[in-house]
Amino acid sequence: MDTYFILLGTALILHMFLTLIRVIKGPTVIDRLIGVNIIGTKSTLLIIIIGTALHRVDMFIDIALTYALLNFIVSLAAARFFQRKRTAGLVMEKEVKS
Amino acid sequence: MNIYLDAIVVLLTFVGLLFFHGTTVGILRFPDFYTRMHAAGKGDTLSTMLILFGFAAYQLHHPSTATLLVAGKIIFIAVLVFIASPTATHAIMDAGYESEIGAWSAKDGFVSSCLIRKEKGE
Amino acid sequence: MFGFVTFLLMFVLWIVMSGQFDLFHLSLGVISCAIVARMSGDLLFQDRQTDFRTRFGQAWRFAHFTLWLLWQIITANLYILQLALTTRKMVEVLDPHIFSFKSHLKTPFAQFVLANAITLTPGTVTIRIVDGVFTVHAITGQAAGDLEQLDNIQDINEMERRVAAVFEPEILQNTGGDK
Repeated sequence: MDTYFILLGTALILHMFLTLIRVIKGPTVIDRLIGVNIIGTKSTLLIIIIGTALHRVDMFIDIALTYALLNFIVSLAAARFFQRKRTAGLVMEKEVKS
Repeated sequence: MNIYLDAIVVLLTFVGLLFFHGTTVGILRFPDFYTRMHAAGKGDTLSTMLILFGFAAYQLHHPSTATLLVAGKIIFIAVLVFIASPTATHAIMDAGYESEIGAWSAKDGFVSSCLIRKEKGE
Repeated sequence: MFGFVTFLLMFVLWIVMSGQFDLFHLSLGVISCAIVARMSGDLLFQDRQTDFRTRFGQAWRFAHFTLWLLWQIITANLYILQLALTTRKMVEVLDPHIFSFKSHLKTPFAQFVLANAITLTPGTVTIRIVDGVFTVHAITGQAAGDLEQLDNIQDINEMERRVAAVFEPEILQNTGGDK
């Protein structure tokens, strides 16, 4: 069962790297924010997988809980922050026309 | 008994991974910000919840107070994700709409979202 | 009464989080939960008009609603999976558009639940709520004229009825005729 969990974690990391492509490519700040949000949520899972593989879930679960709460707050704060910057959308329209 | 529990755990986590795969491919392939958000908001919520439920079920192999508490905490994280993930989606979507990111439409490619607002007569 | 319920909820959370059952930790929990309930007990229940019988009924119906919502999320994910993996040309299948509608729901919490439900059902995501007017983005639809868009609206009407049945049953009697 431990082998399965390690394989599952590897698959998750591979998919997180795929999501990272969207974070790098953009094209707007908000697009990057989607990728960051998803990678954050999946990091919570990864922490629990590591805890299960090491047989110390009772310790890792608290870290995962904190990480989930923190990720939610970071998403909200970043969304509110970039909402004020109207240039975020204008940059992209120039790129599309060219 | 244990083998059935293992089967349930493998099933839940694998289906969760499958949905996460759909989310990732959707985010990479969909044409504009709003459609990507569709994939992100739905797929992320369900895949995270399914994998978390799988790990909560795995805790029941040796039922005792400590493992039950851990399972309870995992369920708590799942409930948190269930409430918080659509809300975060909503906030990011609102930020994109407010900063007038171009939307993609089948008829005429990219248009600015302020144009859509005019069409709808706002 | 409200303060006592706040205290109980926080104490359950304390027990789950600490995992220690000896007298020392439990008494620490009682003391700290009592202090927090005394200081900020009025934050959790803002509306003092509804009594606990109504609230319990709401919670019970909300649990049923959540089960229905889970099924909707699974459908939505299968739809996204099919759309992402089996579509060869996105241009031919996707037809995103934005529309808005006015909701009958009054309380902010019911509107929040409706917005989350719209986000989690297939094909639609809520963008914003201003004074009960929901702006919604749909991923497919306008290709077949206004018929498909009508389909989306009907889905949302169905959902609004369900949310109203949970939180504001009196609305259903008022607007039951024209729906």
